[in-house]
Amino acid sequence: MMKIAVLLKMAPDVVEELEIAASGKSLDFKSLRMAPNESDEHAVEEALLLKERFGAKVIVVALEAPEVDEALFGALANGADRAIKITGLRENLTTAEEADVFTRVVRGEIGAIPDLILTGVQAIDDLDGLIGPLIACELGLPFLGVVVGLSPCPDGAGMVALKECPGGVRAEFDVTPPAVLGIQAAERPPRYVPLAKLQAAAHTKKIELVPVPLPTDPVNPLIEVLRMRRRAPAARAEMLSGSVEEIAGRLCEVLAGQDLIEE
Amino acid sequence: MSGDIWVLAEQWRGRISEITYEILALGRDLADEAGVRLEAVLVGSHVRGLADTLGTADSVLLIDHPLLAEPVTPTYADVLAPLLADRSPAAFLVPLTNISLGIGTLLAGELRLPAVNFCRDAHFVDRRLRATCVLYGGKIEAEVTPRGGATAILGIWPHARPPEKGHSKRLPGVEEIAASPDAAPAIRFRRYINPPAGDVDLTKQEALVAVGRGMRSKENLELAEALARGIGGAVCASRPVVDQHWLPLSRQVGKSGLTVKPKLYFALGISGAPEHVEGMRKSDCIIAVNTDPQAPIFNVANYGVVGDALELLPVLTRAVEGRKRAGGGAG
Ligand SMILES: Cc1cc2nc3c(=O)[nH]c(=O)nc-3n(C[C@H](O)[C@H](O)[C@H](O)COP(=O)(O)OP(=O)(O)OC[C@H]3O[C@@H](n4cnc5c(N)ncnc54)[C@H](O)[C@@H]3O)c2cc1C
Repeated sequence: MMKIAVLLKMAPDVVEELEIAASGKSLDFKSLRMAPNESDEHAVEEALLLKERFGAKVIVVALEAPEVDEALFGALANGADRAIKITGLRENLTTAEEADVFTRVVRGEIGAIPDLILTGVQAIDDLDGLIGPLIACELGLPFLGVVVGLSPCPDGAGMVALKECPGGVRAEFDVTPPAVLGIQAAERPPRYVPLAKLQAAAHTKKIELVPVPLPTDPVNPLIEVLRMRRRAPAARAEMLSGSVEEIAGRLCEVLAGQDLIEE
Repeated sequence: MSGDIWVLAEQWRGRISEITYEILALGRDLADEAGVRLEAVLVGSHVRGLADTLGTADSVLLIDHPLLAEPVTPTYADVLAPLLADRSPAAFLVPLTNISLGIGTLLAGELRLPAVNFCRDAHFVDRRLRATCVLYGGKIEAEVTPRGGATAILGIWPHARPPEKGHSKRLPGVEEIAASPDAAPAIRFRRYINPPAGDVDLTKQEALVAVGRGMRSKENLELAEALARGIGGAVCASRPVVDQHWLPLSRQVGKSGLTVKPKLYFALGISGAPEHVEGMRKSDCIIAVNTDPQAPIFNVANYGVVGDALELLPVLTRAVEGRKRAGGGAG
């Protein structure tokens, strides 16, 4: 049976206010709320869809982070066969370090290289490169990104991957496993896990803890962040304030000025 | 180490992508700052003719082979890696597009080179390369420098420079590079599937009411439809709205969707991630409504409202209708 490993990574929730650390070189991780990286959730969903449609063993691997248990129990509740949490990590790992710990778990805990390794296509903090291609390089596997659909090849072995191109065009590729695929969107929106189902999973299923200790300082990082800051909103926008009615009135003026309200 | 600046000249289906000219303009600035050469690297099959349009570069390194007809990420990376290892430019600028996505990081991983992703600009400071990166969904800017002396792979966002600056009538020199791509790679191109014709052509609309995840539910889209009817426009969307199947792909604006330039773009509950903004930033007038005062969409908007789009929409639609009636127009 096809074996699929999915990497699930937590990333800062950008809907929240992002604070910069005192060093001025990273976010202040103490003040952050983390959420699963959006395209990683799609990668999990795509793996579960493949399992339902064609049969597969799905292993979800996550890096330790606040709130990650909920995401892992959610994956188990939805049908993932195993959930592994990598522990013993520092905060603020580089993407290269994340790729490195993930490949160590693939080699060690999972044993054999899975047929498919799915990651999200990109994370909002992938500053030193994308995790999928980095994993592919470490494991000597091919990589294809921006994937929006996967199915077994109709005329032979392997899989067909659908990749999104500009302007709504899609391209089909034959993929001979093993391969690393960067998932942009699953064919179906990631399923919602009702609280009761989540709680049931937390009681009956188990997250496997796998420590992968890393040195406390990054090992010779290839890039250096000199400064990080919040982007100041450009002076360009004229901000409208007042009551909802006042704002609507002002916007009407703007629309009329564009000849969009035929009077 | 040649110290030169290289640009991956992206071509797709027989055309040089516009972002290539933007990055050539950035590469030209960098090469002039450092007093080195700018080389464009063009990969494909039967693309020699396209090299002549890359005159902003001092010369073009052409890798032309029948097996490189389509952009298969690992195959392109495989033919670029030995060239990069052999010539060691100071930097290789790669566009952040769906077509080229992954090539830069594969090269960095393969050759153990520093990669700097999400770059919007770059300069030399004290002879060291320094990139300005926009990350965390467009909310944060970082100054980043590659370490060591190896080739830095820079992933460049769209709009780093105006594309016009990257055009030149000069004919560049062309150096053909021999390559022998794997004839039976693990990932092979099959075919393209063109999008089904949408019900409306977004690129022809004067006004677009764009909805994002902040609209909360499919039912709420009716509020946007009502405004669009009022101002004679159409509703379009950011990617999560399409991924949730609230609207079809033909309504998506951005990197994987359409590029639009209406007279008015009304962005409701859209954060303004770079992948969305690249599809709408050239609109004549942008109005953004967002509950988050820090939302990056306000960086490109002409008018901004910090507030709840769901609350504003019905009031605005009524005001528009009222104004039409007052003016006696038929609408
Ligand atoms: C390779 C690639 C290609 C991509 N292509 C595209 C593309 O073509 N098009 C595209 O759009 N994206 C694309 N993306 C995704 C992009 O990175 C963003 O994830 C996406 O644009 C975010 O959509 P959003 O703004 O609707 O959602 P979010 O980023 O979640 O933003 C929602 C916003 O709504 C606001 N909000 C919440 N409630 C309200 C309310 N009641 N009233 C007003 N505001 C509210 C929030 O403050 C927030 O700013 C691509 C990504 C990748 C990696």
